[in-house]
Amino acid sequence: MITKRIIPCLDVKDGRVVKGVNFLGLHDVSSPVRLAKFYSDCGADELVFYDITASAEGRALFTDILTEVASTIFIPLTVGGGINTVDDFDRVLKCGADKVSVNSGAIRDPSLIPQAARRYGDQCVVLSVDAKRVDGQFRVFAKGGREDTGLDAIQWIKSGVKNGAGEIVLNSIDTDGVKNGFDLEMLEAVCDVVDVPVIASGGAGCVDHFKELFHALPKVDAGLAASIFHFGEVAIPDLKRELAADGINMRLSGF
Amino acid sequence: MVAIIDYGVGNLFSLRSSLAAIGAEAVVTGDPEVIRRADKLILPGVGAFQDAAALLRRDGLDRLVTEEAIGGKPLLGICLGMQLLFDVSYEYGEHRGLGLIPGRVVPIADAIPAGLKIPQIGWNALRFPKPSPLFRYIREGDCVYFVHSYYAAGCEDYVTADTEYGAYLTAAVQRDNVFGVQFHPEKSGTVGLDILRAFCEEGAVC
Repeated sequence: MITKRIIPCLDVKDGRVVKGVNFLGLHDVSSPVRLAKFYSDCGADELVFYDITASAEGRALFTDILTEVASTIFIPLTVGGGINTVDDFDRVLKCGADKVSVNSGAIRDPSLIPQAARRYGDQCVVLSVDAKRVDGQFRVFAKGGREDTGLDAIQWIKSGVKNGAGEIVLNSIDTDGVKNGFDLEMLEAVCDVVDVPVIASGGAGCVDHFKELFHALPKVDAGLAASIFHFGEVAIPDLKRELAADGINMRLSGF
Repeated sequence: MVAIIDYGVGNLFSLRSSLAAIGAEAVVTGDPEVIRRADKLILPGVGAFQDAAALLRRDGLDRLVTEEAIGGKPLLGICLGMQLLFDVSYEYGEHRGLGLIPGRVVPIADAIPAGLKIPQIGWNALRFPKPSPLFRYIREGDCVYFVHSYYAAGCEDYVTADTEYGAYLTAAVQRDNVFGVQFHPEKSGTVGLDILRAFCEEGAVC
């Protein structure tokens, strides 16, 4: 049976990984290429790169780095950040990305999802959603979680999938950074309405949170996290072994 | 030299990079002369069967690849490139393939219980119903990366690997010098590289 995926997320700005990295024995830990290789060797099932650069120079640097990563490691790569047009899809796919994640770009122009899905296939289009509870509703936030769009997250995700999004990354702003576990309630509400893979993001603090996620919500396909992996609080090989010992199907060989 | 056949379908960046990583001499080409001179051929492909088959025919590459394969040159079809090896596909209609391996390409949905997600996206383990030289560097149970909504059926005699997704689905086939893998070896980490290495290594594959 298909395995649950463990996905580290790397935020890249001006060619460096941000959010801080703290590995013992790994020098130059802010190099996206070194870190990507490290994670791939540890058994990460996929990598997500977010380009959080604002400048044109930074964007060019990002695509150079992406090219280097994709020439060095051979696991699926998802790229997001600054994806506003079909040309942006083209730019990162040519550098070796396998999937492209849209967030604010799709909110500004909802036709981006169907356009990209027609050109590259549904499996290539990932809809990433930052959501937060507002007045008893899950609300979509834009611009890195700073702006309330007024959109209902469940409706937004449903329409995104109908228009061709092949995968959902759901990041709960309510649980993000708190390290108290994934937002099971919000994730369940999303799993109930879509039949494409759902990737849980926001809130992982320890191995038990991943156990809880995959046991409580069998429809969730993957867990994504950043700082707990970067800071070595959770080591991916240990995480995968513990999850497998707990009856969760994991990829354990080949790295 | 290995020729990766470029017929305008999909992105060949990762495949080219992965062959470079294993030290295989490879070119991406649609040039019939280069394809004839190559020792081995890789037929990649993503997207819709009908479009890919039409593109392959447009340049006459369908006939060339078929001739080369019948002449004994090792050929590896990957993902949609593997599906093209069969007689027929039922993806949005009925479309003729290269007919190098008997079988038909049908929706996964016909084989698996309702409730499982389609496409199958992610890492899944391989089972080997019979040995294949393509898998000489890997072990049963190793995982590879799949992205597909259709699979090859009616090719039981040629199945060298399958994978369990509600039912056992064809993951790899071999008929003499013609090989096909449904998954993406260029995205399957070291296991995938070991499969490509087994195919690309100097000398005969089988």
